[in-house]
Amino acid sequence: MSILINKDTKVITQGITGKTGMFHTSKCREYANGANCFVAGVNPKKAGEDFEGVPIYATVKEAKEAQGATVSVIYVPPAGAAAAIWEAAEADLDLAICITEGIPVRDMLMVRNKMKAKVAAGGKETLLLGPNCPGLITPDEIKIGIMPGHIHKKGRIGVVSRSGTLTYEAVAQLTEIGLGQSSAVGIGGDPINGLKHIDVMRMFNDDPDTDAVIMIGEIGGPDEAEAAQWCKANMKKPIVGFIAGVTAPAGKRMGHAGALISGGADTADAKLAIMEECGFTVTRNPSEMAKLLKAML
Amino acid sequence: MKIHEYQAKELLRKYGVVTPRGIPCFSVDEAVKAAEQLGGSIWVVKAQIHAGGRGKGGGVKLARSIHEVQQHAGEILGMQLVTHQTGPEGQNVRRLLIEEGADIKKEYYVAALTDRATQSVAIMASSEGGMDIEEVAHNTPEKIIKVFVDPLVGLTDAQATELAKGIGVPDASIDKAVDTFKKLYTCYMETDASLAEINPLILEGNGNIKALDAKFNFDSNALFRHPDIVAFRDLDEEDPAEIEASKFDLAYISLDGNIGCLVNGAGLAMATMDTIKLYGAEPANFLDVGGGATTEKVTEAFKIMLKNPKVKGILVNIFGGIMRCDTIAAGVVAAAREVHLAVPLVVRMKGTNEDLGKQILKDSGLPIIAADTMAEAAEKIVAAVK
Repeated sequence: MSILINKDTKVITQGITGKTGMFHTSKCREYANGANCFVAGVNPKKAGEDFEGVPIYATVKEAKEAQGATVSVIYVPPAGAAAAIWEAAEADLDLAICITEGIPVRDMLMVRNKMKAKVAAGGKETLLLGPNCPGLITPDEIKIGIMPGHIHKKGRIGVVSRSGTLTYEAVAQLTEIGLGQSSAVGIGGDPINGLKHIDVMRMFNDDPDTDAVIMIGEIGGPDEAEAAQWCKANMKKPIVGFIAGVTAPAGKRMGHAGALISGGADTADAKLAIMEECGFTVTRNPSEMAKLLKAML
Repeated sequence: MKIHEYQAKELLRKYGVVTPRGIPCFSVDEAVKAAEQLGGSIWVVKAQIHAGGRGKGGGVKLARSIHEVQQHAGEILGMQLVTHQTGPEGQNVRRLLIEEGADIKKEYYVAALTDRATQSVAIMASSEGGMDIEEVAHNTPEKIIKVFVDPLVGLTDAQATELAKGIGVPDASIDKAVDTFKKLYTCYMETDASLAEINPLILEGNGNIKALDAKFNFDSNALFRHPDIVAFRDLDEEDPAEIEASKFDLAYISLDGNIGCLVNGAGLAMATMDTIKLYGAEPANFLDVGGGATTEKVTEAFKIMLKNPKVKGILVNIFGGIMRCDTIAAGVVAAAREVHLAVPLVVRMKGTNEDLGKQILKDSGLPIIAADTMAEAAEKIVAAVK
């Protein structure tokens, strides 16, 4: 098993005809069972055409109905990306994964509240991963997103992180010392996003095929602290934690829109302290994440 | 993106918030003319820099005659204004705001900002205006009142009234305060601000509510739809290295240490900086070359890092995913040659085409120090600069 996706997941690519969408759809189809998983693309102007044999539909709803897909991945440029997320939600998909970086915060604020209002009114909940994330992968089954497939290895460790390359760093360390991954999830670096650390930790806790987790965070926002509190009360599996940005100055946006210290509680030191209090094995040396985890198994 | 106080007030006025009348000036002559044009018998001469704390640093002065306006303007224009937000070197004052005086009966605080936890807009208000709000939050948190606004609904009358009453606005002025809060909220949303702060918001003797000082920050992701706000940008207030980097789509932040770092990915870049500190040195910068680094981008990144005279060594840390290590290696070699690199360089590469990349570095004949892990790379560069 794994979390959120597996080899039988059927995926729609929103923005399949753009440069990024084409490149990564191709790469994802080459990975493991990808050729059977990526079943449709969406572009209202190119309905009826295809990309490498993947049929293109005018809307997410049509693509879903024609191909039985439950998940979409979004490469739509920033100005239209929030609308693309909403289209996935309106089509009642299970999960939308938004790779797009640079979406205006207000657009995310509006679409997240629309999604919540829909659920409150009795509508189906569509989970959102991202935006500004690398996506997620269940090794040897399916990869949805922009991560390099070849560094992964099938196994029993979960990885969750806000940062793309730092996820790859953790995965490569694990693979190098012989520990495979159940799923690796990038939740993205934006301040207003979908799934948070706490949601993914919950899923890893419930997944019988995950034995332990590496949780990686960074400066800015309350999410890691919230996840740590939840883990203290509920998590049954060992966790190694790292927070990037001990050296980051307050008030400066460190690349990610969400990586900005705004008060005293969202510094790396404060988050590391809370995680440690909550039973995580924390490290200040990101080169030791996998080694530390191995010692705990 | 930040803007000046006078620009923030211009925006607020556009949304109907009342502010004192004022005129921005670039010279003493202009300041005198502005005071004459405004009329009255009392003026405020205010330094316009992006940093806060201007009053304490001597950048805001009251003038009781045109002569005093001239005197204060002469002193403030061109000064290096040092505040708790500028650093010890201060910020050069190039612009002034000349404003009419106000009859301050009471000072309040109000701000709008996006709340990540609730995914809503928080409106914060306090009876303790004119003070540093972080201090108020720390010492007397009960004096800060917050409401969370559902962006699908907007700030309701009930919420705005709760804020006005909560901070002690007298009954006769409640409607005016409610109106101001609602306009502030609309302004915040429509301009894609990430912070809109009025501090102080004042109650005048006649019961009017006015924004006496204002500060805005904007979401850089949304600037594409606000050319009017982009026009407010003042490059003199920004770090030249950061401006230069942004031209090449590089995310760069100057820091105080002596080890330059070039990394792909924001999280990995911060982790690299942290590792440098862990091994006993300090990073000179944050630099994320992003996912699609080309030889040109890497070369520009090297040039920007090396413009900093404090840099005594460089650490390159690349996790090749979609971006291949051999491409980056070729870029690093070309950049090192072009800038005649004279400081130690440690390169750590991992991921796609790692071996090819390492070979390119080796074959270059340049004195590049290779490392396998982030920790090893940090250890080696720290040793090399000592």
